[in-house]
Amino acid sequence: MLQITCPWCGPRDDNEFHYGGEAHILRPLTPENLSDGEWAEYLFLKQNAKGPFLERWSHSAGCRQWFNVVRNTATDEIIEIYPMGALPKSAEGIKAYEGNWRRQSAAEKNAKAGVSGT
Amino acid sequence: MRALRGGSSRYSIFALARNALSYHENWQKAWRSPEPKPEYDVIIVGGGGHGLATAYYLASVHGIKNIAVVEKGWIGGGNTGRNTTIIRSNYLWDESAGIYEHALKLWEGMSQELNFNVMFSQRGVLTLAHSEHELKEMRRRVEAIRLNGIDSEVMSPAQIKQLVPIIDTNPGIRYPVMGGFIQRRGGTARHDAVAWGYARAADDLGVDIIQNCEVTDILRDGGKVIGIATNRGTIKAKKVGVVTAGHSGVVASMAGLNLPIDSRPLQALVSEPIKPCIDTVVMSNAVHMYISQSDKGELVFGAGVDAYNSYSQRGSLPTVEGLLAAAVELYPIVSRLRVLRTWGGIVDTCPDASPIISKTPVDGLYFNCGWGTGGFKATPGSGHVFADLIAKDEPNAIAAPFSLKRFETGYLIDEHGAAGVAH
Repeated sequence: MLQITCPWCGPRDDNEFHYGGEAHILRPLTPENLSDGEWAEYLFLKQNAKGPFLERWSHSAGCRQWFNVVRNTATDEIIEIYPMGALPKSAEGIKAYEGNWRRQSAAEKNAKAGVSGT
Repeated sequence: MRALRGGSSRYSIFALARNALSYHENWQKAWRSPEPKPEYDVIIVGGGGHGLATAYYLASVHGIKNIAVVEKGWIGGGNTGRNTTIIRSNYLWDESAGIYEHALKLWEGMSQELNFNVMFSQRGVLTLAHSEHELKEMRRRVEAIRLNGIDSEVMSPAQIKQLVPIIDTNPGIRYPVMGGFIQRRGGTARHDAVAWGYARAADDLGVDIIQNCEVTDILRDGGKVIGIATNRGTIKAKKVGVVTAGHSGVVASMAGLNLPIDSRPLQALVSEPIKPCIDTVVMSNAVHMYISQSDKGELVFGAGVDAYNSYSQRGSLPTVEGLLAAAVELYPIVSRLRVLRTWGGIVDTCPDASPIISKTPVDGLYFNCGWGTGGFKATPGSGHVFADLIAKDEPNAIAAPFSLKRFETGYLIDEHGAAGVAH
């Protein structure tokens, strides 16, 4: 069983939490420019990393806050917990963030293509 | 009975008697342990049931002789040895009915075809409904299944009580048994024997089974596969079929691909062995628990997948606790049993709970993965159609709907309801 340290409530067992899957997935901001293949990439393709993985958790049976976690999926070791909207600070977290194919994905390029709010 | 083409001696009562005279010390090895050759026509990555079945059908149906199966550990040591051995084909959609029924028909002749007793036991698979809604959905599914020519029938709580006397059908329990449906041709098989039977038959046809051989890279030239790098050197091949349940994402990333798959732990456990008390398989989707009794007498329990991605091959305790709470309520006698062992396997969960049997954007690279929580039942059918895809480079009618293209076209095969376990 995982023990997750909620930033607001402290360490709790994983059955108090809800898993939110991969973190930092950017929604395409100009969806009209996306092909079917690019939509499939955004909707379905997964990072599914073996090793440090950036993911979201919600303390659903406690304070109900969402936060990000860097967890090694090979060992279940939790490396770092950081707020939503922030970027990881640990070496493993930064490496996982920068090595993620989604940073070069169609959604990311679309978001950077001069659309406000990025 | 068809003779094995390779010509090594067959298992029979006479072979048993003959070998008894030499104290069973002279049985031939079931398969060789060859050194990898520098080049093969086809390499299958993954020596589980699906991979070995693929190699066997490539050799027996398509006549391809120069095949290697590479396995990072020992054959059948991954999910083949970790599942709960249940076999059925009662799926909702036509595409699923196509592949699972294809597999079930192959199961029915497998022991004879391989001359290896896989202990296929058609003891029936019963699925319970715990609410009005579930019962209505079940009636709809039974009609769809029967339209595909597959046996299935709805049962009342009284009929269920008669079939499974240890079940509590009292309407006052938290998730009362409102009814269920059974596929009588479903059942169980000996999972290790499936890997061993396919390995022996494939080896007999000249397939090299190379164990302790971990793939470290998929070698490509332009957009084409030219071989694999392993911890035992480079092996060349024009075609590579990847059947590495649980680690498909890892192998895909070696070829620069991403798959629509999350790898999750799926847990199971067995009790201490007791006298026969249940002679069928009972599944229950609403409470994520299913039960059967092994030939050794252990009660085999299966749970749902864990909520989060992991490759750790162990799951979390709340999942086991939820499973046991449901088991004790539905089958009060199990409250006195000890749990002998629990374990987890890593399964490839797909967004639509259906498998992927597909070509990839890399020429000559094929993937068979995404079976989620229910790959064991498909072993022979999966191997049969995957061999066909690799040999002909085009999917046949059964495999075609399961291509990676479906995520682009939107033609998903949404089987979350019939997958049996929550994804």
